[in-house]
Amino acid sequence: MRAQIKLPVKQDSAPAGAESPSSNGTGAAADKPLSLVPAAFKIKFQTKNNAFADGTFRTLVILCALSVMVIVGLIAFELVRQSHLSMAKFGFKFLSTSIWDPVAENFGALPAIYGTLVSSLLALVLAVPLSLGTALFITEICPRRLRGILSLLVELLAAIPSVIYGLWGIFFLAPLLRTEGQPFLARYFGWTGLFEGPKYGIGMLAAGIILAIMILPIITSISREVMLAVPRQQREAALALGATRWEVLRIAVLRNARAGIFGAIILGLGRAIGETMAVTMVIGNRPEIARSLFAPGYTLASMIANEFSEATSDMHLSALVEVGLVLFAITLIVNAIAQFMIWSITRGMPARNIA
Amino acid sequence: MNFLGIGAIVGATLVVLMPLFLIMGTVIYRGIGSITWAFFTRIPQPVGETGGGMANAIVGTAMIMGVAALIGIPLGVGSGIYLAEYGRNASGNIVRFTADVLNGIPSIVIGITVYALVVLIQHHFSLLAGGIALGIMMIPTVCRTTEEVLLMVPQSVREAALGLGIPQWRTTLSVVVPSAASGIITSIMLACARVAGETAPLLFTAFGNQFWNLKLNQPTAALPLQIFAYAISPYEEWHRMAWAGALVLILSIMATVILVRFATSRGMLKGAH
Repeated sequence: MRAQIKLPVKQDSAPAGAESPSSNGTGAAADKPLSLVPAAFKIKFQTKNNAFADGTFRTLVILCALSVMVIVGLIAFELVRQSHLSMAKFGFKFLSTSIWDPVAENFGALPAIYGTLVSSLLALVLAVPLSLGTALFITEICPRRLRGILSLLVELLAAIPSVIYGLWGIFFLAPLLRTEGQPFLARYFGWTGLFEGPKYGIGMLAAGIILAIMILPIITSISREVMLAVPRQQREAALALGATRWEVLRIAVLRNARAGIFGAIILGLGRAIGETMAVTMVIGNRPEIARSLFAPGYTLASMIANEFSEATSDMHLSALVEVGLVLFAITLIVNAIAQFMIWSITRGMPARNIA
Repeated sequence: MNFLGIGAIVGATLVVLMPLFLIMGTVIYRGIGSITWAFFTRIPQPVGETGGGMANAIVGTAMIMGVAALIGIPLGVGSGIYLAEYGRNASGNIVRFTADVLNGIPSIVIGITVYALVVLIQHHFSLLAGGIALGIMMIPTVCRTTEEVLLMVPQSVREAALGLGIPQWRTTLSVVVPSAASGIITSIMLACARVAGETAPLLFTAFGNQFWNLKLNQPTAALPLQIFAYAISPYEEWHRMAWAGALVLILSIMATVILVRFATSRGMLKGAH
């Protein structure tokens, strides 16, 4: 009995210090277990204070939670408000015309939307097989001891700041593409029409590759989590039916985790669409739609990064904010789909807890 | 088929790890030569003069991170506590969804918003605006991980505390939160490491500065901004400085991540992932 009463006092005194009067009540009860009546009386006496403190604390954390909603609301509101000028002038033509002329104050964001979609899709094409392979290797094949180290390495890849990816892209990747990668692609795949024209190094292809590297970690770590959520019995059942190791991965793991993996891919797409600095540094920043992946392009995010602090006219600023609004809307839809897919497989719980 | 498939998986893993080593290798190789005492103590030299450093940018990043932490940590932890202790219902789900939305918003869009809300009103690019932008970016990460670690505290602990007549707020603050403290600290440190390298939200909030600035309401230099400005400049000398800056930034971020992970795996920070 005595030990049970002492427990909270120990918890109490260690972290919180002497900040509250109510600790006196429980403390007294623990020191003198015989004088239970006065202690109980004391607690009862404090009920009014406690109710007040409870209410205050509750209000405080609710305010914190509300602040999250207020911030998101403010972001949406400000984007709409600041882009009012350009919305009124261009309407939906903003999304479908390709002239971006700050001098004549004529703005159409189609090249940037095109560039955003093409660079992100290119990144997905490159990153998805690699990420899924890595996730399968970490969850299913590699020895237990390697697992932690591999996960840490993947996490470190995610920790590299975007601007450093860009720096590396300019001074390492782009020259390499110019001298090795692009001549190779032009010679063997030039007939597709995707790989022709002058070989700058910098351009859509470089942006796609950099983006692919940047979204590898997120796709890998989330598909790893959903793969871990696939019940052990599924694998055992496949093995019992005589499946090879590869067939187990295909039938038991990949098939059962497909909704979550799809979610991970969409989440990666969301990252790629919103990524700014690295892309700005390697994509070449030219508002034109070109078929060749060697040509420079533009993305919504890099357009804002490049021009926002240099825009002088109100219309130019407003058009750039509208570009931001388009970007916001696209990522919102993409992320909502991804969250739903992941939620549908992990049932709203963090996958880690299931595994 | 079995052999081919497994081989492809191992190959994919090797290809995924390659960029990490390539990038780290390049940054160390090209940056290490420019790391001198002056790099940490001097401010940038004008074009054409050699030497100089990034002292102002390092201090600027530290101060911006300070402001960001003041905003991001209380709001993040507070809303995390709400989600774990009061938010097992529909309104909690709305907050959860909103936090995920905030997490997905591109950093450059947050930059625009802070520009409109703070810079336009202040009539100044400023350290404060940069800190607010990064602080907003910290909130969702801290919030969701705080919720996660708080939920790992067994329900019986809460019941035991409540059963002893300890009021609920006291139960949360003195019993539940301390037992999840290490997990919360982990999430805070990882969130800091994540936003410390952010450039896009600082472009038109903190803006960058070639000189010292310690005032809240003045444009200020930051390490990632400086790296960006130097990287796209045409001067060889500035490229060298960009690599050196990248080395300092990447090492401090990785050191934080590895330290946190190491502490976690050694059980020094219990309850964390």
